Amino acid sequence: MWDWDYALSILPRLLGALKVTLYATFWGFLLASVFGLLLAVLGRSRVKAIRMAVFGFVEFIRSTPLLVQLFFLFYSIPLLFGFSMTAFMTGVIGLGLHYSTYMSEVYRSGIDGVEKGQWEAARALNFSKARTWTSVVLPQALPPILPIMGNYLIVMFKETPLLAAITVVELLTTAKNINSMDWRPFEPYTIIGLLFLVISLLVSLLVGIMEKHLGKRHTR
Amino acid sequence: MSLTMEEQAKQVSVGSVNKVPMVKYTNVMKSFGDLEVLHGIDLEMQAGEKIALIGPSGSGKTTIGRMLMTLEEPTSGTIEVEGEHLWHVEKKGRLVRASEAHLHQMRTKIGMVFQHFNLFPHMKVLGNVTEAPRKVLGLSKEEANDRAIEMLRKVGLADKLDVYPAKLSGGQKQRVAIARALVMRPKVMVFDEVTSALDPELVGEVLAVIKEIAEEGEMAMMLITHEMDFAREVADRVIFGAEGHIVEQGPPEQIFENPQSERLQSFLKRIR
Repeated sequence: MWDWDYALSILPRLLGALKVTLYATFWGFLLASVFGLLLAVLGRSRVKAIRMAVFGFVEFIRSTPLLVQLFFLFYSIPLLFGFSMTAFMTGVIGLGLHYSTYMSEVYRSGIDGVEKGQWEAARALNFSKARTWTSVVLPQALPPILPIMGNYLIVMFKETPLLAAITVVELLTTAKNINSMDWRPFEPYTIIGLLFLVISLLVSLLVGIMEKHLGKRHTR
Repeated sequence: MSLTMEEQAKQVSVGSVNKVPMVKYTNVMKSFGDLEVLHGIDLEMQAGEKIALIGPSGSGKTTIGRMLMTLEEPTSGTIEVEGEHLWHVEKKGRLVRASEAHLHQMRTKIGMVFQHFNLFPHMKVLGNVTEAPRKVLGLSKEEANDRAIEMLRKVGLADKLDVYPAKLSGGQKQRVAIARALVMRPKVMVFDEVTSALDPELVGEVLAVIKEIAEEGEMAMMLITHEMDFAREVADRVIFGAEGHIVEQGPPEQIFENPQSERLQSFLKRIR
């Protein structure tokens, strides 16, 4: 059943596709991290309209499936606005926006963990709003949530096969293409499953090490 | 007796300088939700004056200090600092809520030390004291370091520059917090129950530092405190507040030796 020679022969193609999957994960995660932070900060704005807008956006994104969002971005945006992006870019933006709403929640928990007295000390020392965030709040809010962010990175990595639906030639698409050409489903799907497994395990190992390291940081 | 023009001018100017108080509260009220904690406070502090706010917990004395530091906004009434409104600006003869920019500018004159220190745990001692001078006042690293080290020397912690706050005792933490506030050179500083969170054996070192600063003289100080001996020693004037009112005020000898109101008499009896 399992043919080692065949498996080895398709491995280069699958590894090439893995690169696409990893790029999509990297850029998507970067976008989610940056935009999620923006959502978390704006979600604490003193202006109610801004808070409501953030809340509405987050609820909207979370209450619709990522797959539907990807289809919408890929097929409807060009019709509505008259411009189109590559499938890869669409996928990155879809993943990034979707996960930014979850990341904003993670950031929020980190920010809430910073004591009220820290904000007050910053105010008493006359820090500006921006300076309060960069000098006082974020340096304390981020370290404790890095492991949770790492876990989201793994979750997102495992969601990238959804991009196959919008024609991104990532791991799953490549395995499907191989299968439809050679009529052999066993090896390609097994290999990509293993690739996902190995990389997820590696990242979670790194997250574990990070967690241990953080625990040892100058305790308060 | 005739004075030259110059002398007259000098007298007038000295007189007018004295007339503008460092801090002036006018009919300040504060409510938290339905609970009114201050019912119309009138209070003045002169430049360089040291006042002590004493009274039972819940009397609203901490709120008085926090409003000066712009951590709480008065529900009504006004606070002026050197004759300028803290929370308001005048527009067409009416007082309107001031912008954040105005508060920012006013805050340059005000400093505060907190009960729970509120040091930045992710910065070393030196970083705690230099961050604001560098990032708010825009001093160079060298200037900020010089200023910070001078202040840390004053509070007796010049040997702890490279230590994280977590490694310090409570008394040391509070002394760093004092240096951190002093380094901004405020004209008036609020000390909000700065020894209340300390182990008894550490209270003395912090009070000694504050006393030393008080003796230097130029900065006005609002000492919100439960340490009566300290209030008596350091303050020029003691203000006794209870249940959101200022009940009695005067020089320390009068307040502690010859209290007039029944409320103060029973308060003093209870804490002795």
